[in-house]
Amino acid sequence: MRKVLLMGNPNVGKSVVFSRLTGVNVISSNYPGTTVEFSKGYMRIGKEKVEVVDVPGTYTLEPTSKAEQIAVKILQDSIASQNGIVINIVDGTNLERNLNLTLQLLKKNIPVIVDLNFWDETRHLGISIDVEELEKILNVPVVPTCAVTGEGIKELVDRLPEAKAMTYDYPDEEKWHEIGKIIDRVQKVTHRHHTFLEKLADASIKPLTGIPIALGAVYIAFKLIRFIGEGLIGYVFDPIFGKIWAPLMMRLSFILGSGGFIHDILIGKLFVGKIDFGQSFGILTTGLFVPFAAVLPYVFAFYLVLSFFEDSGYLPRLGVLADKMMHQVGLHGLGIISMLLGLGCNVPGALATRVMETERERFISATLMAIAVPCMAQIAMIVGLVGKYGAKALMLVFGTLFLVWIMIGILMNRLLKGESPEIFVEIPPYRIPYFGALTKKLWMRVKGFLKEAIPFVLLGVFIVNILYSLRIIHFLSKLTGPVIKNLLGLPSGAVAALVVGFLRKDVAVGMLVPLGLTLKQLVIASVVLAMYFPCAATFAVLVKELGVKDMIRSALIMIFSAVLVGGLLNLVL
Amino acid sequence: MAIDLTRMRGGEKGKVIDIQGGWGLLRKLEALGIMQGTEIVKVSSQLMRGPITIRVGNTQVAIGFGMARRIIVEHKK
Repeated sequence: MRKVLLMGNPNVGKSVVFSRLTGVNVISSNYPGTTVEFSKGYMRIGKEKVEVVDVPGTYTLEPTSKAEQIAVKILQDSIASQNGIVINIVDGTNLERNLNLTLQLLKKNIPVIVDLNFWDETRHLGISIDVEELEKILNVPVVPTCAVTGEGIKELVDRLPEAKAMTYDYPDEEKWHEIGKIIDRVQKVTHRHHTFLEKLADASIKPLTGIPIALGAVYIAFKLIRFIGEGLIGYVFDPIFGKIWAPLMMRLSFILGSGGFIHDILIGKLFVGKIDFGQSFGILTTGLFVPFAAVLPYVFAFYLVLSFFEDSGYLPRLGVLADKMMHQVGLHGLGIISMLLGLGCNVPGALATRVMETERERFISATLMAIAVPCMAQIAMIVGLVGKYGAKALMLVFGTLFLVWIMIGILMNRLLKGESPEIFVEIPPYRIPYFGALTKKLWMRVKGFLKEAIPFVLLGVFIVNILYSLRIIHFLSKLTGPVIKNLLGLPSGAVAALVVGFLRKDVAVGMLVPLGLTLKQLVIASVVLAMYFPCAATFAVLVKELGVKDMIRSALIMIFSAVLVGGLLNLVL
Repeated sequence: MAIDLTRMRGGEKGKVIDIQGGWGLLRKLEALGIMQGTEIVKVSSQLMRGPITIRVGNTQVAIGFGMARRIIVEHKK
């Protein structure tokens, strides 16, 4: 089957074009390096079915990061198998720099067609590009598009068969000179006044105005997430579970005879003859309540706010402002983006470390995230459980985790060999998020959460029941009792939560509910659960990203620091 | 006057006349369109030797302090 490769600089909209061509949705944002893995989809050219590959962005064909290496390898494989076409997606607002990759591609033995994207924005900026002239010079088709709205995509597809290989030759050392000549012939820029967004862009990257803006943005994000999350729980999910689901489940409980093995698996324990969604621990009660009513509202709220920030182009600016702080933990400013993604779910957070240049940064970043960045599912459960004791109690949990993040980061930065490179990144212009794209991305992420979480949560609840009825928990409690009791000050029953935490952290936090812990114990248990080991899904990704050896090192740091911090909290609190 | 990027002030314009570094640095900067002869405008610098932001063509690029110090600019007032 023939292959169409979408190639271009980072942040030129390749993923949006990909979605348009294939109907397959992939995450796209307004910052360089959103796509770190290549996605595949299919489209038709006439009657022929072809594969479309969304290649990670690259500035040149001489790679400087892992994501760029992946890009170049895909291109080389395709050239070798002689069955590829490249759609070179070019940012019309930055033609000069983008042509660098275009000219390199035109030297390779693979047919190329140029997609001049952001066409509407190019015109708004007062840049006029003579498309026909550019087409004549490069001798390959050049099609202006605006991928978010879909304009020009049809023409792009129609002209794919016209793609040609090796149409433009030049001596390598003359490359930028050639590009200059082309620009002189095809591009005219008319002067215009700064727009509001450009003024805001400048203000948000100068320290004097940028730091207050950053603090304000984080504060608003936090408030919004809480407002939306709590609103959804209070007005939508609690009523649904309390008024509709609970009576249904009570009836089922009655039909099942209010007890017995099947009853306990499906409904769980009854408290004073009633179902308690937090404590019953049946698959149909707690098993559904945790993902839907406790976690989903916050996951939805978090991704709504994160997606808005991603698409606006603010995140790299936040990275520049946080650069100094991030260097303390051995990362540069952009490391903050993978941490923010990790707050949603550690899996995409771990994948995002691929844009980093060195193994050292990837190791530090992945380890720090797994230890001290709890995912939204876990955060939601902790907020539900510990939040009852007020904001101070929550501060204790999350403040501890933040301190741990900094301390372990500083230690790793000191102890690990090598140095971390400096920040060097393109800062995209601010863009008003496109409503259609934003909702689609939000929906994909929520759907992704439901698909990943629900089977694991149900499995987790099921396993809890099995472990209890086979008395395995009882056995483990006895075995680990000394550490759990004496060192961490937790009841031996907490070991069950630690076991389930390997599978799903939200269920694990939920398992603390019936234990009747004191506030101190709750804080210790929440912190230890966040730190001691990643959940199964994250673990699988980390093994793939870090390799087995580094994963073992990383895991040892996690377990050791969790016991240490838990023990210290037990002494101090 | 030739000075390095870190010593320019926000809003000032300049032209890159030299990059004091090895092939790796040159290649990295070139990928984002920064090389000898490039016209740039400094946008901002962060406190305590934080990154420098410049405008190149229609994009902004943030550059770590150490790297920015090796970029020498002919500075126009």
